[in-house]
Amino acid sequence: MSIVVGILFAIGTYLILSKIFLRIILGTSIIGHGANLLLLTMGGLKKGGPPLRDLQELSFTDALPQALLLTAIVINFATTALFLVLSYRAYKVLGTDDVGELRGYPDE
Amino acid sequence: MNNWVVLPIVMPIISGMIMVVFKNNIRLHRFLSLLTLGLIGIVSVLLLGQIETGGIQTLYLGGWQAPFGITLVADMFAVLLVLVGATVTFCCLCYAFSSIGNDRERHYFYALCLFLIAGVNGSFLTGDIFNLFVCFEVMLVASYVLISIGGTRIQLRESFKYILINMLSSTLFLVAIAYLYSLMGTLNLAHLSVRVADVGQGGVIAAVALLFLIVFSIKAGLFLFFWLPGSYGAAPTAIAAIFASLLTKVGIYAIIRLFSLVFYHEPAFTHLFIGVLAGVTMVLGAMGAVAYWDIKRIITYNVVVGIGFILAGFASFTLVGVRGSMYYLLHDMIIKALIILLGGTIIHLTGTGRLRDMSGLIRLYPQLGWMFFIAAFSLAGVPPLSGFPGKVFITAGTFEADYFWLGGIGLFTSLLVLYSIMKIFMSVFWGYTNLATDNEKGTAKGLLPSMAFLTVLTIALGLGVEGIHSYIDLAVEGVLNPQAYIGAVLGSGGY
Repeated sequence: MSIVVGILFAIGTYLILSKIFLRIILGTSIIGHGANLLLLTMGGLKKGGPPLRDLQELSFTDALPQALLLTAIVINFATTALFLVLSYRAYKVLGTDDVGELRGYPDE
Repeated sequence: MNNWVVLPIVMPIISGMIMVVFKNNIRLHRFLSLLTLGLIGIVSVLLLGQIETGGIQTLYLGGWQAPFGITLVADMFAVLLVLVGATVTFCCLCYAFSSIGNDRERHYFYALCLFLIAGVNGSFLTGDIFNLFVCFEVMLVASYVLISIGGTRIQLRESFKYILINMLSSTLFLVAIAYLYSLMGTLNLAHLSVRVADVGQGGVIAAVALLFLIVFSIKAGLFLFFWLPGSYGAAPTAIAAIFASLLTKVGIYAIIRLFSLVFYHEPAFTHLFIGVLAGVTMVLGAMGAVAYWDIKRIITYNVVVGIGFILAGFASFTLVGVRGSMYYLLHDMIIKALIILLGGTIIHLTGTGRLRDMSGLIRLYPQLGWMFFIAAFSLAGVPPLSGFPGKVFITAGTFEADYFWLGGIGLFTSLLVLYSIMKIFMSVFWGYTNLATDNEKGTAKGLLPSMAFLTVLTIALGLGVEGIHSYIDLAVEGVLNPQAYIGAVLGSGGY
């Protein structure tokens, strides 16, 4: 799992360092998935029953990382969607999808 | 248990949703946003009284006991910030009434501001580090939309960078939380504090602490402030004022909270590191402020200097230094909003941000000139105004901790700040009036009252230092003595 997280972070970093809007957004999304996976891994991958009081299991899984993960996925989803819409608008208005051309203009 | 604690978070969300439903009724939006901010102010004043008499107030959401559920904690530090934040936002929204434009108003400007406030208040009041992440995200998503609302070229260009940098730092935040959870097995701040105290702040925990510091440095603009001048300069004046007075302060609050409550065992390492970063931030920010001849640039670089200065006091980690940080933090929220509003008004009136293109405005707008004069002196920390006590205490604190270089940098950059602001004042207000009354680009009518109120506030905060002294001391005590916080959250039994 840790190796997968590492690979995801590597790919994400590579994509973010590129110059095209869409690649950057995909990069943030992939890094986000890497972080989610890391959250799950760090919580400890345990075997056991669901943490409900009525079940007579001896070992329980830790429910907290999953709850955190769910929240993080929703947030990541929402921000990525917003980011995509914004970059599309920026592409239409600015007429470029190259980050290198996003520097300021001297007359502003 | 005290249900008042949740009100500053819930009220703005509810009224924001009401606004979304009644989309076209702008008068309702304006009334409701002011009403909500006023109510938050009243609630926080009441909470201040309760904390003064009854100690730190807590609320266990859903009735789950402390380390298991999410806890909201209202201590003096947090509630003071909520109160000042609501006051400043109130003024900025009054300013926005006559400056933001009908288009932005109809596209949920006020609702977004209230969602932003909900996130900010949530970050101040939460006692759980994952909840802090969620509140940060609420705040940031609102700020993404606020910074791009209107969709001008410069806004779209800068908001792309702003969103990218903040998404990355949020991911790092999540990574840091994951590491912390695997090490400590808890996310409740008080519980974390107990456990870190048990095992000591060894190598791995120190690394995680630094990861948190990087995350919050990006959010607060401490050293990693490269994104700040561009994106704050792109936003409309009222929005930039709210951002400068609240968003960076949330990052500062998170740094102070985390490094006073959880990672406070190795001040010789972590706090010295914060001090070095603060010193570098002040120097670089002051260089930016001195170098530019553009109002927006100068003012946004002044925001950066303020951030460094607040954390310089905290880095000393002495009673006096932290007290100075508290004073300066409250002062900075007010004065940064004021100075950005003033600068925005000048640009609005003359239609340009370049200092060399304007002069002699004092003849046409004497009130504006005097307010700018007072704000400049308050920013530099001239005695009767609100910047003075903070500056004195922070400098004394850094000297007390033997960080003479840090205090020296602070004093030197204060001079540069004064120079940069007086540069604006002299070239804008002095000299021949080259702006005839008939070719003004806009009118100052309707913009002045909110700025006048903030000016009065900075004078009052300076003259009435004695009045708020007891509250500030309680806040400092809460920051320097984590046991009170832990006791209030976990109960005397502990876990």
